[in-house]
Parts: sequence; structure tokens; C-alpha cells
Amino acid sequence: MHNKSITELAKSLRSGEFSSVELTQAFLDRINQHSALNAYITVTEERALEQAQQADVRLAAGDAELLTGIPFAQKDIFCTQNVKTSCGSKMLDNFIAPYNATVVEKFNQAGAVMLGKLNMDEFAMGSSNETSYYGAVRNPWDTNTVPGGSSGGSAAAVAAKLAVCATGTDTGGSIRQPAALCGITGLKPTYGRVSRYGMIAYASSLDQGGPMTRSAEDAAIMLQTMAGFDEKDSTSVDLPVPDYRIGLTNSLEGLKIGLPKEFFGEGLNSDVAATLEAAINEYRKLGATVTEISMPSFKLAIPAYYVIAPAECSANLSRFDGVRFGYRCENPVDLTDLYTRSRGEGFGKEVKRRILMGTYALSTGYYDAYYIKAQKIRRVISEDFKKALSEVDVIMGPVTPSTAFGIGEKIANPVEMYLSDIYTIAINLAGVPAMSIPAGFANNLPVGLQIIGNYFAEAKLLNIAHLYQQVTDWHTQSPKGFE
Amino acid sequence: MSLSESEVVACAHLARLGIEQQNIASYAKDLSGMLELMTQMGDVNTDGIEPMAHPMDQVQRLRTDVVTETDNREKFQMIAPQVEAGLYLVPKVIE
Repeated sequence: MHNKSITELAKSLRSGEFSSVELTQAFLDRINQHSALNAYITVTEERALEQAQQADVRLAAGDAELLTGIPFAQKDIFCTQNVKTSCGSKMLDNFIAPYNATVVEKFNQAGAVMLGKLNMDEFAMGSSNETSYYGAVRNPWDTNTVPGGSSGGSAAAVAAKLAVCATGTDTGGSIRQPAALCGITGLKPTYGRVSRYGMIAYASSLDQGGPMTRSAEDAAIMLQTMAGFDEKDSTSVDLPVPDYRIGLTNSLEGLKIGLPKEFFGEGLNSDVAATLEAAINEYRKLGATVTEISMPSFKLAIPAYYVIAPAECSANLSRFDGVRFGYRCENPVDLTDLYTRSRGEGFGKEVKRRILMGTYALSTGYYDAYYIKAQKIRRVISEDFKKALSEVDVIMGPVTPSTAFGIGEKIANPVEMYLSDIYTIAINLAGVPAMSIPAGFANNLPVGLQIIGNYFAEAKLLNIAHLYQQVTDWHTQSPKGFE
Repeated sequence: MSLSESEVVACAHLARLGIEQQNIASYAKDLSGMLELMTQMGDVNTDGIEPMAHPMDQVQRLRTDVVTETDNREKFQMIAPQVEAGLYLVPKVIE
């Protein structure tokens, strides 16, 4: 039953083939069996079985939604009332959230069953899940490689079928990059589409939550539940949420795909490039036309991001001070010592690096040269996207320069690690939506195809992804040992 | 462009962030690597371009002036490191 899609499971739950309690137990057993992947930080077994019982009642009463009784998992960045919400950090290892994130609330209302909280890079800062206080997550396709990050636990859990689907968050690629490296489907919605309330902030003008699933259809169902205006999030966008499933099978005849020449140049692994070429050919067969476009400012995304994101991070993470919640050092001698040691002992090295970088970029004398300059570059990048998307319907390209890299391979060199996000970061700066879908394999490891659309074009992206998944079977393949 | 060890120490102080003496040199090296990346931004002329703070160029929404928060003191203080009589305790600030 762990191989079924959400709609198939919904059907089985309604026909009485199995109950939500049985389904939930099957997933809990799998989580236990594959604990070596380290995908979960917390497994909420008791709570899950209670939620499953309640779901069975709703199902029996005929008052169920599609997600009712479906076992899924939350990235450990979403505050979950009365459940440890660690954000992958020692700082919040003792933090039992006193309230629910809006996203958590929405899944609760839908009657979905939360299996637990998923591992992630500390405060979502990382591209390999190696910065987690709880240790690295292993990629089910090759357990010596990383699953990507920061939503590495989410991607590994979905690929290994330790949950039907999972939430992720994406600040610079944290949904799409792990989705690509683990061979699953991931969608970063338009900035403002999914509420950030209760989603622990890293870089507030870039952070966005979204679905991580095994198919575009499942992603459409999840996004339906996650999306929507929330008055508790001041950057939430007040626009109606369309039906994301209704147009899934729309024809792609005449679809205009743009391939930025800068995305396929130097730095892209040739096996990955060949795999993407084949995927784009499938779209030609589906009736799409493909043209070369140019995104001249694309290379500036990394420098601009590594000013803006650390600057926002240094401000956001100032709330962790050892006073109101989270880690506090032993025997502080005075207030400065309390702040300094609590933060020094509670944060890991990558988080500290970014706080230091952000503090530097925002400090007197450097603010204009770095922060304002980066914000200007951000507009240049954003205009590039607007221009490109006025000429073509969607942009396609790689998600990552290569397939999954080895655990320990890049962690010692932060700049090299940052460069692995080269194809995803610009999208967050512009705020447009983008997906990663499984497009084949290179050296036996999954390759993701990135599909980038215009603001609020999530339904179109899902349609484009879904039709590809009707003519290919990459998304249904299982890593060995996890069938 | 590089960042000196004393600049790292100064930033750590501004951020009230404890860093270990033996790691200062490696932070200086890593941050200098990041600054090296950032010098690319200088190659682009951005005169007259308005800085972009928000993807939607949206302004902060106003809401009706009504009370929305209820008293959660007890619930919030249950997870605090040290409280007494409804107050958060910190080391003595004034002698």
C-alpha cells in the first residue's frame, strides 16, 4: 500500500480495503525498518495513530477530504503544537512549539495523519542536510550520497516511501534541489502563495513552503491544502486559489518552452545535460515548441543571494537569545555572557557563518555596497525573468549541476557548496514558482528537470509536469531496497 | 576582498555570537571566500535601479484595530529556560 498515490489511497480508504490506522501502522513500520536513513527527527507514533482513528471516523461518516487519513510528514521547520520543533538545531532541541503553523493547521483540518517531523539542514541553511544537529540524512538511491538540502529529510522520506508525501520549504532551492537528488517531485510556489506563519524564518523575503511528493498529481492535491491567503502572514498574497487538479490533463500543444543558454553552459555535468535533452524532447513530442532564450543576469544570483539571505538571517535569528525559549548556556555570569554563549553553543558552524556574513553586510559602511547593491541586482534578475516569461510560457533547465554528491565531499568548502544551488537561487530572488520533476538517471542517480513559470502559474506547472509523467515512468521507479 | 580576523571578532560581538578562538581563522577564510563571490556584483551598473525588497513589491497590509491576541503568558513561559512569578529571569543587569 505504500506505493499508491494519494487518489489511489483515498479510494482504498473509502472502499474499506484498509483503514487509515492500518495504513498509518504500515508507514510507521517502514520508518522503523529504515531508520538508518535518518530522515526523521521525531516520529509521533501515538499522535499519528490517534489522528488515523479520527480519520477513520470521518471516512465512515462520509465527511472526508482527499487527504483525510493519508499519512504524511512535516519538515521540522513548521511549528507543531505540543510536538518538538527543532529546525534541525541544538538551539531548539528542547523546543515544544506552543502553537501550530498555518500549514500544520490546514493539514489537521483536512484530516491528514502526521507521522512525524523530518530532518533538515540547521535552520534550513545547507544544500546537503549535513548541517543538521541530528546528523546527515542518507539518499535512498545511494546511501553514501547526500539527499540534498535543506529539505533533505523530506526528500529521502518520500523517495524511500516512509511517508506518502511531505512538506518542504525553499529559500534558495531547498525543495527543488533535494527533490532532484532523490528523484521525487517538488514544487516551490510563488512567494506569498503558502502562509509562512509558524514556519521558522530564515530569510523572510525568500522563504516559501511547498509540497514534496512522488507525482505532480499528488503535489496538486497537497498544494490545494497548503495554499491560500492568511491574515497572520503579512506577506501572504490575497488571491483566490484555483483548482490545481482541474487542468492537469490540458493539452501542451503549442506550449512555448524557453531554454536559457546560460543554464546549459559550463559547469553542467554532460550526463545530466544529455538526460535533460531527452526530457525536453519528450515535450516536443507532446506538442511544445522549444526556443533558446537568454538570462544574462543569472550568474549574479549567487552573490546577491549570499548577501540578502544572510542579512535577513542575521536579523531573524537574533530572537534566539536564551531568554524566552530554546537553548540557554549553563551559569551565565552576566547578560552579554548569556546571549553570547547561548548563541555560540546553540548554533552550528554554517548558521554562525551566515549570521556573521549578514552582520557584516548590514554594518555601517558596508550596507550600501553589499545589501543595497544586492537588492538592486535582485530587481535586475527579476526583470530578466519577467522579460523571458513574456516571450515563452515556461523556462526549463537543470535543477542541479550534477547528481547527488558524496557525504562529506563538499562540507569543508562552503563556497563550493553554495555553487551547487546555481540554477535554483535566481527563482527565489524573483519570487516566481518552479518545480523539479524526475527526468531520468545519470550514473544510476536521479536527475531533476526544472520547470519555471510566471507568478501564480502553479496550475500550469503541475499540468506540464503531469503530462510528462503520463508518458514517462521515472517518477514511479524505486531505489533498491525500498520497493 | 578579504575579511580580517579582527573584523570577524567585531561582527561576532555585534551579533552577540560566541565563536571559538581556534575557529576565527577559518571563519575569516570562509567569509573572505564569500566576499570574493560578491565582488562580481560590482561589474554590473545598477545606477537608477530601485532596490527590490519584496518579490511582489507589496506594501504592508493594515488591519482593523481590534484585539486579536489572548493572554498566553503561562503557555509561553512553560517553555522558557527560567521564569519566576510570571517574569523571565536573566543575570542581574543593575547592581
